[in-house]
Amino acid sequence: MEWASQLCENRGLGSKMTDSKYFTTTKKGEIFELKAELNSDKKEKKKEAVKKVIASMTVGKDVSALFPDVVNCMQTDNLELKKLVYLYLMNYAKSQPDMAIMAVNTFVKDCEDLNPLIRALAVRTMGCIRVDKITEYLCEPLRKCLKDEDPYVRKTAAVCVAKLHDINAQLVEDQGFLDTLKDLISDSNPMVVANAVAALSEIAESHPNSNLLDLNPQTINKLLTALNECTEWGQIFILDCLASYLPRDDRESQSICERVTPRLSHANSAVVLSAVKVLMKFMEMLPKDLDYYGTLLKKLAPPLVTLLSAEPELQYVALRNINLIVQKRPEILKHEMKVFFVKYNDPIYVKLEKLDIMIRLASQANIAQVLAELKEYATEVDVDFVRKAVRAIGRCAIKVEQSAERCVSTLLDLIQTKVNYVVQEAIVVIKDIFRKYPNKYESVIATLCENLDSLDEPEARAAMIWIVGEYAERIDNADELLESFLEGFHDESTQVQLQLLTAIVKLFLKKPTETQELVQQVLSLATQDSDNPDLRDRGYIYWRLLSTDPVAAKEVVLAEKPLISEETDLIEPTLLEELICHIGTLASVYHKPPSAFVEGSRGVQHKRLPPRTGSGESTETPDVGQSGPSEAPPAVIPSQGDLLGDLLNLDLAPPTATVPSVQPSMQMGAMDLLGGGLDSLLGGDIGGSPSMGAGLGAAPAAMPASLGSAPAVGGGLGDLFDLGGGVGMPTGSYVAPKTVWLLAMKAKGLEISGTFARRGGIIQMDLSLTNKAMSVMTDFAIQFNRNSFGLAPAGPLQVLTPLSPNQTIDVSLPLSTSGPVMKMEPLNNLQVAVKNNIDVFYFSCQYPLSLLFVEDGKMDRQVFLATWKDIPNDNEAQFQIKDIHLNSDVASNKLQGSNIFTIAKRTVEGQDMLYQSVKLTNGIWVLAEMRIQTGNPNYTLSIKCRAPEVCPFVYQCYELVLKN
Amino acid sequence: MIGGLFIYNHKGEVLISRVYRDDIGRNAVDAFRVNVIHARQQVRSPVTNIARTSFFHVKRSNIWLAAVTKQNVNAAMVFEFLYKMCDVMTAYFGKISEENIKNNFVLIYELLDEILDFGYPQNSETGALKTFITQQGIKGQHQTKEEQSQITSQVTGQIGWRREGIKYRRNELFLDVLESVNLLMSPQGQVLSAHVSGRVVMKSYLSGMPECKFGMNDKIVIDKQGKGGTTDEPGKSELGGSGKQSIAIDDCTFHQCVRLSKFDSERSISFIPPDGEYELMRYRTTKDIILPFRVIPLVREVGRTKLEVKVVIKSNFKPSLLAQKIEVRIPTPLNTSGVQVICMKGKAKYKASENAIVWKIKRMAGMKESQISAEIELLPTNDKKKWARPPISMKFQVPFAPSGLKVRYLKVFESKLNYSDHDVIKWVRYIGRSGIYETRC
Repeated sequence: MEWASQLCENRGLGSKMTDSKYFTTTKKGEIFELKAELNSDKKEKKKEAVKKVIASMTVGKDVSALFPDVVNCMQTDNLELKKLVYLYLMNYAKSQPDMAIMAVNTFVKDCEDLNPLIRALAVRTMGCIRVDKITEYLCEPLRKCLKDEDPYVRKTAAVCVAKLHDINAQLVEDQGFLDTLKDLISDSNPMVVANAVAALSEIAESHPNSNLLDLNPQTINKLLTALNECTEWGQIFILDCLASYLPRDDRESQSICERVTPRLSHANSAVVLSAVKVLMKFMEMLPKDLDYYGTLLKKLAPPLVTLLSAEPELQYVALRNINLIVQKRPEILKHEMKVFFVKYNDPIYVKLEKLDIMIRLASQANIAQVLAELKEYATEVDVDFVRKAVRAIGRCAIKVEQSAERCVSTLLDLIQTKVNYVVQEAIVVIKDIFRKYPNKYESVIATLCENLDSLDEPEARAAMIWIVGEYAERIDNADELLESFLEGFHDESTQVQLQLLTAIVKLFLKKPTETQELVQQVLSLATQDSDNPDLRDRGYIYWRLLSTDPVAAKEVVLAEKPLISEETDLIEPTLLEELICHIGTLASVYHKPPSAFVEGSRGVQHKRLPPRTGSGESTETPDVGQSGPSEAPPAVIPSQGDLLGDLLNLDLAPPTATVPSVQPSMQMGAMDLLGGGLDSLLGGDIGGSPSMGAGLGAAPAAMPASLGSAPAVGGGLGDLFDLGGGVGMPTGSYVAPKTVWLLAMKAKGLEISGTFARRGGIIQMDLSLTNKAMSVMTDFAIQFNRNSFGLAPAGPLQVLTPLSPNQTIDVSLPLSTSGPVMKMEPLNNLQVAVKNNIDVFYFSCQYPLSLLFVEDGKMDRQVFLATWKDIPNDNEAQFQIKDIHLNSDVASNKLQGSNIFTIAKRTVEGQDMLYQSVKLTNGIWVLAEMRIQTGNPNYTLSIKCRAPEVCPFVYQCYELVLKN
Repeated sequence: MIGGLFIYNHKGEVLISRVYRDDIGRNAVDAFRVNVIHARQQVRSPVTNIARTSFFHVKRSNIWLAAVTKQNVNAAMVFEFLYKMCDVMTAYFGKISEENIKNNFVLIYELLDEILDFGYPQNSETGALKTFITQQGIKGQHQTKEEQSQITSQVTGQIGWRREGIKYRRNELFLDVLESVNLLMSPQGQVLSAHVSGRVVMKSYLSGMPECKFGMNDKIVIDKQGKGGTTDEPGKSELGGSGKQSIAIDDCTFHQCVRLSKFDSERSISFIPPDGEYELMRYRTTKDIILPFRVIPLVREVGRTKLEVKVVIKSNFKPSLLAQKIEVRIPTPLNTSGVQVICMKGKAKYKASENAIVWKIKRMAGMKESQISAEIELLPTNDKKKWARPPISMKFQVPFAPSGLKVRYLKVFESKLNYSDHDVIKWVRYIGRSGIYETRC
């Protein structure tokens, strides 16, 4: 061995052809030899030895024992050797922190070197050595390098700040490096700017609340200028950073879009995708009637199509993103169906993604072509691809009604091929077609039945059993068919067992005479011999239904089925919005929010699309968009609602087949919050309701559409949110607009917005229930937690018809005040639970106290005087109501609409004094004195009450009523 | 950002391993080997998530390159970077093979240290890298201060793809317009879909920092000039064959040297080119494509055991031009038992293993036609399913651009050196190739 390596060295010292030999030395005592060589006097020998060390390190051998010897080689003027030693240091410094200190001097010295390449190398490497003692020494050289005259050193130093921040964030802040980094955004060199942006973005991610990036029109302008000049990678950093900016108004948004669109012609696909991200996001803010909006839409299609001629891996990334874009804005690519046709030699991952997009783009206009393609695909070799193609044919049938017949006949052709997995897949989709178009294609049942024996997958078996049960009256031997499945009942999967149970009950209800024995058999199999609780429960329910009330059983079991939706596998809208903000990144590839696959604080921050502004129909001013909470990061602590929902869901959710997938975004931690939250809901101590305000405050940003349709409230919106968490004030004419109480994202697609009103002495809770999920929602019910004034629903929640996807129902729920009482914090807090067929959801909201002001609240003058004196002065509270431009009479009338009664009015020295009384539902009297000075828009309000804690809430009501 | 980068051989042995981030441990190297390279089933995605760690991989011959991360990185960027890294390695030592990688591992580590910093891609243009990553070791010491700052300003500068001080005795440039034309035609001769995807590849051997301006017969530009009042139609004399004045380009992308904002606003293509060969632009067209060949199929089923096939191909371009390497592939049914072929030109053979008659013609001039007829004997089968009649496909190469694209000019300005646009020797070549060129029968 010695010979061999000697030979190699002699043949060509340091020449390229011999480097591979370093990978082959595997003898014992190697370390000793290396040690000797490292300490050799000959430079070349040293270098060779270091190379061997690096090679061993690469293949995973532990060469940390050579640490001092390698570090000794650091002091060299040979750049190549120096780099090798640095590489070694980066790997092992952490395991030998004390020894690593030996290297510090060289680093510090190198940072002063005349050669900028050496200075940069030193600062770059130093940042990679994660040893506390070294980082201390790093600060001074880094500070110098950040202001180095050479741009190469500055761009390296900029990244080094991010490295240092990763090791010791506090140190970076204390040393003021963040400010220096911010200054670099204005650097004259575009690459320095790009790296500074990258470093700042990364640091900002781990401080979601810091205003580190501080993007404003000036910095944005600098970034856009650098965008034209820096490397392709720099352009990506800048575009990704731009995407997190929220333009002030639609004009700014448009001007940024105009300057970003040239990037769509870049050869680098990542630049193109990041530009698409910025455009997709900012487009949200442009009014749809704007010409530029249409132009922009048209500009987006060609580059997206061009991405499909990139290398396959990039095509894959592009296709996953196009899948999102097509869901968000189908109009962009609706004419480009053909480019998604699968090519023979596409890799399988590209084929599968293209197929997905084809289905999404299928429409009446192109269905013939699509079907012809899909039929081709169904004869390919890859099993997954063929299955997906078959499934796609079924989805086309459901999506485009005109094509249903052709699809069914295509599927029948495929069933004739007798290819096992094709047949099974076809049967599964035909079941869906039957559901979508009942009583139309049943003639094919005979063909399906021929293939019963070949079905070995649970899904296909379950589908076939469903078909037999559903059409039992038309299939002569339905009982025989089902009986044949029954033989191996216990070996079937749950899915098949449940389906079989239901199918046989259906059969029995349709043909009771011949099948009594069969139904007995299945019921006893399900209830007595099974240990699956779902199956047992369903069995018992059927059993009792059948034995007590066969007519009712028929109504239940043979009830008309809700329609199935046309689009399947759609991403939930709130998640889709978030993913659009992550175009080009891993999140968009996985179709999951970053929090689902990123550890720690990074990426937990949810991104949202900006609210739409401008356009005629919207009353939201750009101001609202800006002052709205969308810019502030939403609460990192989840509001108690969804936590409870997640936790309780285990016990309360009935087993259904249509539960949409739980969004991973709910998996956030903070379990200790649960204690308090649960207690207060379940009637224990008065727990705080943490982060409720934040949760509500964030709502309007996510749901710009629902706000847009609300009555005009203009700039007042902001105030409203601050005050009552979005709760308005009922007066004779005025009811606050509905605000979102429960986000769809947190409630598996159910969105609830609402408000409170008092109409003719009846308290009402006006709710809008919106189904943003893919499946139909039914079985709504509502319940309140105990609250301060005993509010409780006076009747059931009247949602009679099932709520189909994208439908909204408005309900008014009458409330009584006879419920159980428990003091809440804040006083007017109301915790609500809403149940539907999917789950139970919790949210809390705050009602205006004026809800409880009764109609007979006008106190007698004498009593008023006596009571006023009777209440101790300590109970008096004073408030200022600002900016009211009403005279006392108008104000008095307005207040009367909300059952705040003026008993007397006095005028003293140009001041109007109004004396008013209010009675709450629980009999508490509130007395008030309001002073109005002519010409002064600020009123002074003094409130006296035996229960002083209500005073601030009464004041809130005054303010709300007077200001609206 | 990218947390680490690994290169493996086909057995899954690590050849290069460079970790940039603390969150990537040594076990990541093994995780990828076990779950992807050694996976029992073929991996079905270029992105794999293993225990909250994401792996991006590309393969070059039997070498695996994998980038690892634990963050929500820009996925498109990671792949672009991996491709770029392959380009850089190829430019330094040729083919990416296990042997070459082992022989150059020190160089690769040096490159990786330079082009990725803390997982952020830095300048990765070989032109720039080669000025200071040389593997000559000691060069750093002998450089003058000017040389050093020239390097750093180039690496970080606006023109990172070109170094200063390039000198050629003869200033020369070559432009290749390479197109692939794709067609799907119905048996009746109706075009179902057709598009051209083209590339303009440039080899530049120019001194100094030349400012170039590239002009082609882009419809938008020509129309604009027409409106501008220029009465004489530009380039009318150059445009032979097709007689088309201008073409509509659906979309194009450019090398990073092209000033995109200028293209966006004025649609002019101006740039300072890299030295040597590079791809200036890619484009796509779908309108007014010159289809170099038309295939007219005629298939007649004579009873149940015989097929008569006649295929005529017509060349549709100037008679003075020659198409080359023409190949027509006529699919035959699976139950073919024998084939007799007669063709007027070239050679035709029935290839049983490929279920097709392959007809090859070396050269064919424009405006000609040629014919093949074949009798196909079939074995009687019980198969009820009809023969699906796959399309007839064609391959060829022609010396013009089927999109109709013409290079109108490529002007070179170098103000500092004393050579002018006229002194530059320019070569333009057009090559049109068949992409997927099919006619249903």
